[in-house]
Amino acid sequence: MSSATLRAGRVSGAGLVRIDPLGAVLVAAGAVALAFMPFVLFKANRIVPGDPRSLAQVLPAWGAFGCAAVLAAAAVVALWVADARVRLVVALLGVISVALAAAAAGEALTPPGDKIVRIAPGGAFWVLIVCLGLLATDATTRLKPGPGLRVLFLAASLGAAGLAFAHGTFDHLSVMREYAVNAARFAHEARQHLKLAFGSLAAAAVVGLPLGVLCHRQPRLRPGILATLNVIETIPAIALFGILMAPLGALAAAVPLADRLGIRGIGAAPAVVALFLYSLLPIVANTVTGLKRVSRAAVEAAHGMGMTDWQVLTKVELILALPVILTGVRVVLVQNIGMVTVAALIGGGGLGAFVFQGIGQTAIDLVLLGAIPIVTLAFSAALILDALVEVLDRVKT
Amino acid sequence: MIAVENLTKCYAEATVVDHVSLTVERNSITAIVGTSGSGKSTLLRMINRLVEPTSGRVLLDGRDTREEPAHLLRRRIGYVIQGNGLFPHRTVAENIATVPRLLGWDRRRIEARVRELLEVFSLDPATYAGALPHQLSGGQQQRVGVARALAAEPLVLLMDEPFGALDPIIRDKAQEDLLDIQRRFGMTVVLVTHDMDEAFRLGNQVAVMSGGRLLQYDRPAVLLRRPADPFVSRMTGLADRAMRLLSLVTAGEVALPGASDGPAVPPTATLREVLSELLWSGADSARVVEADGTVRGRLTVAAILAHGRP
Repeated sequence: MSSATLRAGRVSGAGLVRIDPLGAVLVAAGAVALAFMPFVLFKANRIVPGDPRSLAQVLPAWGAFGCAAVLAAAAVVALWVADARVRLVVALLGVISVALAAAAAGEALTPPGDKIVRIAPGGAFWVLIVCLGLLATDATTRLKPGPGLRVLFLAASLGAAGLAFAHGTFDHLSVMREYAVNAARFAHEARQHLKLAFGSLAAAAVVGLPLGVLCHRQPRLRPGILATLNVIETIPAIALFGILMAPLGALAAAVPLADRLGIRGIGAAPAVVALFLYSLLPIVANTVTGLKRVSRAAVEAAHGMGMTDWQVLTKVELILALPVILTGVRVVLVQNIGMVTVAALIGGGGLGAFVFQGIGQTAIDLVLLGAIPIVTLAFSAALILDALVEVLDRVKT
Repeated sequence: MIAVENLTKCYAEATVVDHVSLTVERNSITAIVGTSGSGKSTLLRMINRLVEPTSGRVLLDGRDTREEPAHLLRRRIGYVIQGNGLFPHRTVAENIATVPRLLGWDRRRIEARVRELLEVFSLDPATYAGALPHQLSGGQQQRVGVARALAAEPLVLLMDEPFGALDPIIRDKAQEDLLDIQRRFGMTVVLVTHDMDEAFRLGNQVAVMSGGRLLQYDRPAVLLRRPADPFVSRMTGLADRAMRLLSLVTAGEVALPGASDGPAVPPTATLREVLSELLWSGADSARVVEADGTVRGRLTVAAILAHGRP
């Protein structure tokens, strides 16, 4: 075929013939998963391997048909429809129907009043959720929504999920069964998780900002400070916990007050100290970069008009550097929310406690009870801070 | 107004400003000219203590500038730099209000002053007060920079290459505006430039610096007629010094009584412009006529040429 006819064919068939490459991959993955993987697993109790059940086996005929229809529509749209709004709506409908199908399967398969049987989402469920999630993310990226709209969208999604949990929609699924058993502890560990993540971030900001300003003002100190922080960053988390155990343990033994305050070789203290040390580099480095980016003429003019050093720093330099500094805060927050998980290993608590307890008991549902909120938290933190950086940056350019 | 006495600045090994003394008259414009590295900017920055002198002192109205904290001194002195240095995160009105706010003026007084300055610099307050600097053209940004420096009614205005980043047409307009504003507010201006034409056009007095030393400090005509140093004559330009002399004098200043049937020229035209007009029209003399039609006198070619001699 000559290139001319090829081009003509492409132009005339632009509406339907052109297949979206991402859509093709996602549809193929979803179809393979639906055909060869279980939609849910039926487990007689929480640790035995489950019996696979397909979508058709677990739903009443009209439910299976409805769900299949939504998935088919999503596949068609993913392959051939270019309009990002349509793609987003269909992907979200897909996520909702798959989630509701799993909830319905839980309800249908659990014998009335039974507390031991576990209905766990299977491979097909997870693959479909990931594929539809990617489709939604891709559509959102193409729509380029403003920061306000993105935060609103996040709030709406979290709100909808919250309502579903409050209503008990997913109560028969295995993860929620674990939640029902651990409800009180879950609230405590979630609070502890946030306390560790935000506490170490706050400490790092309080120390890191002045350190960054110092590096900016005293260029001679900069290489030394940044190199030290870089070295800390390369120490693996577990190793750093181990390194901190000895000095903190010794401190607790020598100073009874420290022990009474909870500063010991294991527990929250070494976790907070380790996370604090990891958080310093992004904050210091971004503060230095942000300050370096500030227009020298503006700083010179500020001094020339009679601002004091403190006024120049707080009213001009730090404000103009804020978007870059916040980008560092974003890195630290997402990093901390993830790394607090490991703190559970040394008795620091947090949602990681469920993860490691679940691994110990080969109870995958318990692992998920810890992991799903951690991922959600990290994702939300990233999205909110990104939006904030964008808003601030827009004002300043 | 400003007395610079034996001012010296040394860094490690280099002497950037070397025992410079000069006096700046009240309500005048002094231009400091020199090549880059001549120490002219450092000299300027020692007046508002952005650079602290190694030795020597600066008197402002007879008072040593070191008597008060540097930041308080600077609030009384306007300062304009190349590339204007506007705060990108603040609106035009907030930029202009910077020093009045530092001085704690009340809000109504600040608002009135900002409005007045925007009007003086022909920037419509309704359009520009709330604009951010990046929404303005280069020329407008430069005007806001000068307005900001004048906000707290300083008696002294320091300008460091204020028009360096502007293209020639806008620069010409900005220089004209500066002359108007200096006449209107009557402040004392010290301006640093590397452009001799700019120095001659704006300066009542011109200081020529090289290698940290002040080579000559005098009226432009004296610099042209009696350069104190070969470097000064190189800076002022030997080849066209006669023409430069002519451009320092206006027709209104030297018109002689008498009638002429030659071309009409305004009293603000420089002798250089009148001579050019006479060469072009082939006439022997020009009539100097005010805008309202009153004849101020005449200028003959011979009379003009007399002003171009040493």
